[in-house]
Amino acid sequence: MSHWIILPIVLPLLSGLLLLMGRSSALLRKRLLSLLSTLMLLPLALYLLYLSSDGDYQVYALGNWAAPYGIVLVLDRLAALMLVLTALLALPAVWYASRGDDARGRHFHALFQFQLMGLNGAFLTGDLFNLFVFFEVLLIASYALLLFGGGRARSRAGLHYVLLNLAGSSLFLIALGVLYGVTGTLNMADLAGKVAAAEASEAGLLHAAALLLLLVFALKAALLPLYFWLPTAYSAASAPVAALFAIMTKVGVYAIVRVYTLIFGAQAGLLANVADGWLWPLALATLLLGAIGALAAGKLRTLVAYLVIVSVGMLLAAVSLHTPEALAGALYYLLHTTLVSGGLFLLAGLIRHHRGPAGDHFITAARMLQQPPLGILFFIGAVAVAGLPPLSGFVGKLVLLTAVPAGEQQAWFWAVVLGSGLITIVALSRAGSRLFWKTDESTPAGHRLDPWQLAPTLLLVAVAPLLLSLFARPVMEYTGAAAAQLLVPEGYVAAVLGSEAPLPATILQGGVQ
Amino acid sequence: MELLVSLLIGLMVACGVYLLLRARTFPVVMGLIMLSYAVNLFLFAMGRLGAELPALVGLQGQTSDPVPQALVLTAIVIGFAMTAFAVTLALRANSELDSDHVDGVADGDETGGGGQ
Repeated sequence: MSHWIILPIVLPLLSGLLLLMGRSSALLRKRLLSLLSTLMLLPLALYLLYLSSDGDYQVYALGNWAAPYGIVLVLDRLAALMLVLTALLALPAVWYASRGDDARGRHFHALFQFQLMGLNGAFLTGDLFNLFVFFEVLLIASYALLLFGGGRARSRAGLHYVLLNLAGSSLFLIALGVLYGVTGTLNMADLAGKVAAAEASEAGLLHAAALLLLLVFALKAALLPLYFWLPTAYSAASAPVAALFAIMTKVGVYAIVRVYTLIFGAQAGLLANVADGWLWPLALATLLLGAIGALAAGKLRTLVAYLVIVSVGMLLAAVSLHTPEALAGALYYLLHTTLVSGGLFLLAGLIRHHRGPAGDHFITAARMLQQPPLGILFFIGAVAVAGLPPLSGFVGKLVLLTAVPAGEQQAWFWAVVLGSGLITIVALSRAGSRLFWKTDESTPAGHRLDPWQLAPTLLLVAVAPLLLSLFARPVMEYTGAAAAQLLVPEGYVAAVLGSEAPLPATILQGGVQ
Repeated sequence: MELLVSLLIGLMVACGVYLLLRARTFPVVMGLIMLSYAVNLFLFAMGRLGAELPALVGLQGQTSDPVPQALVLTAIVIGFAMTAFAVTLALRANSELDSDHVDGVADGDETGGGGQ
């Protein structure tokens, strides 16, 4: 058993604790420690990616308590991919924040590290209750990060965000309670076996629990009836926080992918594919309404937040198809959209900083002194996020469009994806012309660009989609392998439960009267 | 006993949801507390109801399931922290927005449906 698997959780925890202890005047040292810790996550995640790339599951039993009694961490291709993505997004975000945004309050870096700990834990855990705990860890860090810097808009958005997620946590616990009451386990691999073997008398309760879980994950992922909190929350957050939040919705998508392939997937007997009937229409509606919302946005940050919703709709529509091609395309698109929307949030922060009192609102204002570099970056980011060639958004969309099986589904998917793509292009060109071209005669605003803020933005907005599109083949091969692994959950179950020793008789008796 | 416990949990959830749907932060926080109490009881009851059953492995005779008790303990701790955070946030929003409305609108310009 390799101890490497738990390091992505332990490393941010330790550095977060160290960061809490330091005096608030020692900001430089805190920045260095936080940057170093985030930087170390990247080679660590890449090593885990290498470990998982041979297709074997790496199982880590916490405290050496064997599954299903103890909590296990499971590393497979998908988990490793998400860890790499988190590290790739977190590094530019914390780098950008270290140029001044972290000085507007206390403990930015500690909260940032705790958030990373929650994210990494949620991707690694193989136990549903542990998933709840890591959700709470990342949520409470995100509450504080969202409010970081203070102000009326943040308090208002934060109140909605916190209250909604608290209600969501209660629903999560109810779903877990029902699952435990019926099956007597919360280990995902064990649950997969128990759910597949469920009798008709238990199927009703399990069905309710499955849909309740879907509701909770959909709230995190911002699916149609549950996305109204997202635009206000994300546009109120400071730029590096919003950039990191680009992966928060993807945690919901990840949980949906994990639970509805492993536990309630095609092999789940009476409960096979329970979520699909809901996911498909809601995801398409989310896609369309997100694009319309982008068109109606009054400032750049809100626009990017709606583009996050568009990407969630795209991903979940592909996920609900359950074909290896669609799932592989969705994972590729997930990499692209997370990095690019994170970068666009950083870019919105830069534009806001350089446009004087007008901020990033779409109103006529003075020309920016730093118009050319910011304008070029915005153009590249818009091309990437709208899915135009030659950047990775185009590759991702193309793969998804060809992955949908012919028939009624294809007609719907093509119509909605292409239609919302067009609306997105209109929204982005409107935003670009308002921000960069529709200027008045007043004195140009802005000051010298900070190259250390420009570099991380450039990395996410331009370099990431370019590299993803240049190396599309190896990345697609990896996501294809990850999708294939996901769709054969028997391997996961066998790896976690292993050649199980016979259960001790006392434990079998306990609990069931 | 099962009927009584489930009715009580149902009543608590109903009260919690009702309070949650009010538009003022104080009832909303009370509703969340009510809801999390109901959820804790629900989790606890998932280990089956019974009297005088120790949660110990290895005893002779009937024992109760220790796992839901451990889950409840975790849920209580997390719920407590979250409630504390929600209360602090509600107080802060109240002082910053000069209103205890969850949308932060002032009492005068409320546009209907505001709970009063």
